[in-house]
Amino acid sequence: MWTLPKGILIHSRSIKVNAAFLCNYEVMQILQQLKDSTQKKHKREGSLATVTYETVHYLQNTDCKNQSAQLIQKFLESMKKFKLTKTEKLMMVNTPPRTELEIQLIVQESEERLSEDEVKEIIQIANECLPAADTS
Amino acid sequence: MFVLAEMKDVIRVTPEHFHQSLTESITTLLNRKLANKVVVLNVGLCIALFDITHIGHSYIFPGDGSSHTEVKFRYIVFRPVLEEILIGKIRSCGREGVHVTLGFFDDVLIPVNALQHPSRFDETEQAWVWEYPKEDGEKHDLFMDAESLPTGPPGSDCPVQSVAPYKIVGGINEPGLGLLTWWEAPEADDDGDENEEQENQE
Repeated sequence: MWTLPKGILIHSRSIKVNAAFLCNYEVMQILQQLKDSTQKKHKREGSLATVTYETVHYLQNTDCKNQSAQLIQKFLESMKKFKLTKTEKLMMVNTPPRTELEIQLIVQESEERLSEDEVKEIIQIANECLPAADTS
Repeated sequence: MFVLAEMKDVIRVTPEHFHQSLTESITTLLNRKLANKVVVLNVGLCIALFDITHIGHSYIFPGDGSSHTEVKFRYIVFRPVLEEILIGKIRSCGREGVHVTLGFFDDVLIPVNALQHPSRFDETEQAWVWEYPKEDGEKHDLFMDAESLPTGPPGSDCPVQSVAPYKIVGGINEPGLGLLTWWEAPEADDDGDENEEQENQE
């Protein structure tokens, strides 16, 4: 009797959990493309459709709606001199700091690492490059 | 908050998918298998396939007409890092704390000991209240109301709700955390709630 070799099929094995970080803007772009392309083919998969719809819906209400790849790049270029970590910069792109308080939350030990003028500069750059979504 | 996770898997492509290209069927099958699911081993909530990095040889086993292909791929996964700031909406308040939803992810809990101090639970309002001390010694109550989120028709809630596979525990006990309106300049109006990711567990 033929039997199937079992056990080799199921388990997804992760090789690298954090291979790369994606900012909210990138995820929104990818998902929107995916949404458009699958709608054309008329074969949307249930759970994929649900999760993409919900995630896009969530992201549309965040500041990443008004962002663009160029502006994010510009923001990251100008952040280079502040010696921030990768996750700190990622958080700033996802939730752009508008107040000094927010910088304190995002940047660990910000009082020691950043001077008051630098904090103000970061807020200014964030307002320039990562404009707030209109709350209407 | 979103990361790319590199994974590998053996995908079984059944004969009815043979008219498609192998890449196409693998994409469909991987999304069917993983989208909106939580992968254990500290991965997180899977959103969608990002790309396929490697497709190995396909094998056919005796007694099965399907082809089995080893693939390496990258998947978009929701996995907050420690101390990350997330913005969500309050789903409900209860004795155990404040439940927050991110829209696509519901299992965020801010436990009582991670709320702003001092806070109390208002039984009549069913909401947590931050008793913000004013300069003159008085207290000013700041309410954390649940937003009226659309709910399904009555009875549609699944009563045998199993244990959530992936939970995020948040905290709002630092200046700047909590409802966005608490920290905004006057006149600005926004809803929602900010919470700090502290630890996550499966």
